[in-house]
Amino acid sequence: MNARSTALRLQVETALAGRVVAPLEFRNRQVVETVSCGIRAIDELTGGLPRGCLTEIFGGACSGRTSLLLAALAARTGEGEVCALVDGKDSFDPAAGLAAGVSLRQLLWVRCKNIEQALRATDLLIQGGGFGLIALDLSDVAPRLVRQVQLNVWFRFRRAVEGAATILFLMAQESNAKACASLVLRMEDEAGTWWETAREMTRKTGAENDAPKKDAEENGSHAAGCLLESAKTWAEVVRSRMQTEDGRTRGNRVMSIDVRELDKKRMNAASFALKTQWNYLDEMENVGVDED
Amino acid sequence: MAFAAIYVPEFMVQAVVRAETASCASARLCGRAIALIDGHPPLWSVVAANAAARELGIFLGMTKANAVQFAGAEIRARSAAAEKAAHAALRDVGWSVSPRLEDTAADLMVLDVAGLSSLLGSEKQIAELLAARAAECGLCVNVAIAENISAAEVAARGFSGITLLAAGQEATRIGELPVNVLSPPEEIAETLELWGIRTCAELARLPVLQLSERLGQTGVRLQALARGTASRALVIAEADLVFEEEMELDDAVEELEPLSFVLGRLLGQLCVRLTARAMAASVLRVRFDLQPAFENALDVRTEVVRSKSLPGIYERTMQLPVPMRDAKLFLKLLRLRLQANPPGAPIVKVLVAAEASRPRITQHGLFLPSFPDVEKLELTLARLEGVVGAGQVGSAEVVDTHRPGEFRMKRFFPPREETGRRSGKRGVKKNGPKENGTDKPDKHFAANATAMSFRLFRPPLAVTVKLREGKPTEIFLQGKRGEIKKASGPWRTSGEWWREEQWIEDEWDLEVRFAGGTGVRPPVRGQQNPSGDERGRYRIYFDAVRQGWFARGMYD
Repeated sequence: MNARSTALRLQVETALAGRVVAPLEFRNRQVVETVSCGIRAIDELTGGLPRGCLTEIFGGACSGRTSLLLAALAARTGEGEVCALVDGKDSFDPAAGLAAGVSLRQLLWVRCKNIEQALRATDLLIQGGGFGLIALDLSDVAPRLVRQVQLNVWFRFRRAVEGAATILFLMAQESNAKACASLVLRMEDEAGTWWETAREMTRKTGAENDAPKKDAEENGSHAAGCLLESAKTWAEVVRSRMQTEDGRTRGNRVMSIDVRELDKKRMNAASFALKTQWNYLDEMENVGVDED
Repeated sequence: MAFAAIYVPEFMVQAVVRAETASCASARLCGRAIALIDGHPPLWSVVAANAAARELGIFLGMTKANAVQFAGAEIRARSAAAEKAAHAALRDVGWSVSPRLEDTAADLMVLDVAGLSSLLGSEKQIAELLAARAAECGLCVNVAIAENISAAEVAARGFSGITLLAAGQEATRIGELPVNVLSPPEEIAETLELWGIRTCAELARLPVLQLSERLGQTGVRLQALARGTASRALVIAEADLVFEEEMELDDAVEELEPLSFVLGRLLGQLCVRLTARAMAASVLRVRFDLQPAFENALDVRTEVVRSKSLPGIYERTMQLPVPMRDAKLFLKLLRLRLQANPPGAPIVKVLVAAEASRPRITQHGLFLPSFPDVEKLELTLARLEGVVGAGQVGSAEVVDTHRPGEFRMKRFFPPREETGRRSGKRGVKKNGPKENGTDKPDKHFAANATAMSFRLFRPPLAVTVKLREGKPTEIFLQGKRGEIKKASGPWRTSGEWWREEQWIEDEWDLEVRFAGGTGVRPPVRGQQNPSGDERGRYRIYFDAVRQGWFARGMYD
């Protein structure tokens, strides 16, 4: 019986040679490697971005999706990995990417005109292999069109990256990949924080003159002399297979998944700040100076 | 001192057949009677024929009309391009073994193989190596190794396969050959025929003085060749790095599929030659001679109809990211390139050329991050260009200008970096203690903060803005009316006033609340956006040149 099963196994492996690597080998699909997404709050919330899986980020306009994407790209390219960005509506700003710390030389930018091109380009990149992160940005594509993408497309993408070291990163306005995604995050923003020159001057000088603010309230308009400073963004884990048995994330290491814990942590959310470049770079400069 | 001679029998026939199929010439010629014709129509005549064709009765000088009467004989046109390519391949075969090579004739090379035994083995092994390399290049050759150049030449012409002439045995071995092997002038050949001299041994036995009196110095030289004692210096050819393969097509090719066979054949030969010289292609060039259509060839606008001077050339150059020599990869890349930019007319001649450089030598590390295979990446990029169009794939480079949104696309060729830190931000070292060694804290720029990113509307969206006291208060964007809650500006930029593309812009950063939200963004936590209104932060600008408001993008 043993010899027969061995012969059968050999026959199957020979038939699938060159097409399927180790077809009868047991693979624990619940063991994944995760890496940092570049934002500590998200890492602590999710355990990081899972390799060989589909990660979906969705949210409305200005919800911080792009900031998260660029932070992830900066983290991956910073580790020397090669990444690809499939830009569904040609909306990537290289200057913003550079400011976020993305190494543009290691980022392949595919500028698409429609969703069909984006899906075909993603397919080609996954088949090409070797990319640390492949981001499919459908944020500016109409949700109606993204909804029309059949579920088997996402399933095929997930299967294609399975077993590879690639992070497939999908970004859209709504959740579409459903159960094909190993990690689904919903992004939501709050109103931005504005640095008002007059008020800051008032606070610094200790005077009680808040005339600009009153003017603005009376006129129904903004105060004069202000700068966009930051915005707070919330990220909620909608679906995750990255939870550990004790419900805590463990960061960048191989972990096992217990799907029974999913429901308990469904409402997990974390917030982080998005800071404008002038404000952000200034802060970074101070950090560097302090530590030097 | 030892010399090897490489001789290609029936060179012209082999050159034509070499360009047709990938197998070795001997296999292709097996049992086939092939005759080559040349000249100006209708005066075509046979200029070369292989042994099988000669056995059928075809002889040199026979007219085409007569030659086609022989059943089983294949009549082909002589191809100067194929002969040139075969000659270049023969040179590469020689240079693959020794740099001291003499380009004796189109079908004959002599090379100095002295001192190569320690590197390549015995003389027999060297001869076998030369024959094998020639077979890879599609040529069936005779190889002879002897102590002097002339003996090696004569033996290569006379004996098929591999011949090794030991020192002192030249006269004996060459003596077996017919006198015609020495290629005597026609008059001397007739005289020798009248004397009954058939073999080299018979010529070698004639007395030198009397031979000189009757046949002159030519006769003496022929006798020295027959005795295997003639000697001369090797005229070393200068090594070049020209790798070209070309083929003239009998019938013009219009479609990509049949053209692929031709390209595949030529690229295969090119890569074999590159491999023989231990080189790789850094630039690949393809050139097609196009057949002009009748209406294009004649200029009918003038009273006198005359032929137009059309370029009739289709040329493409493909810069490769690293030196490569994979014929299949080259073919795929060329096919993708041709699909994107077809020649537009039938092709009558194909030339493929490669600029050679040293092959890439890489040492992979165990701890390097995953990296796309360069050859595969090039193919993926070509396929992507086929999907999204040329110039839409690559890596972006920010241009040194103050004009917002300016960049240029570069060819994507990522540098292979060592694992570790790339100093993304100056002065940023670390942001906190490491936690359980899970992740490097200095990968986070700040504990719970990141740079606010910007998405562009490309091209910028035209918007309507209402102003009050010079400040925007209301905006109509993408069909929605938004109330501007906060605004920062105007930030004026201008530049390139000396060009037509000058710009003068007043930029504003806006916090906009759109009335009657679409409801697509339910709040995560109820207290943050209780009204359900849609909200966003945008950057708009007033274009003073075009006198209009535009939205540049959004903070996301």
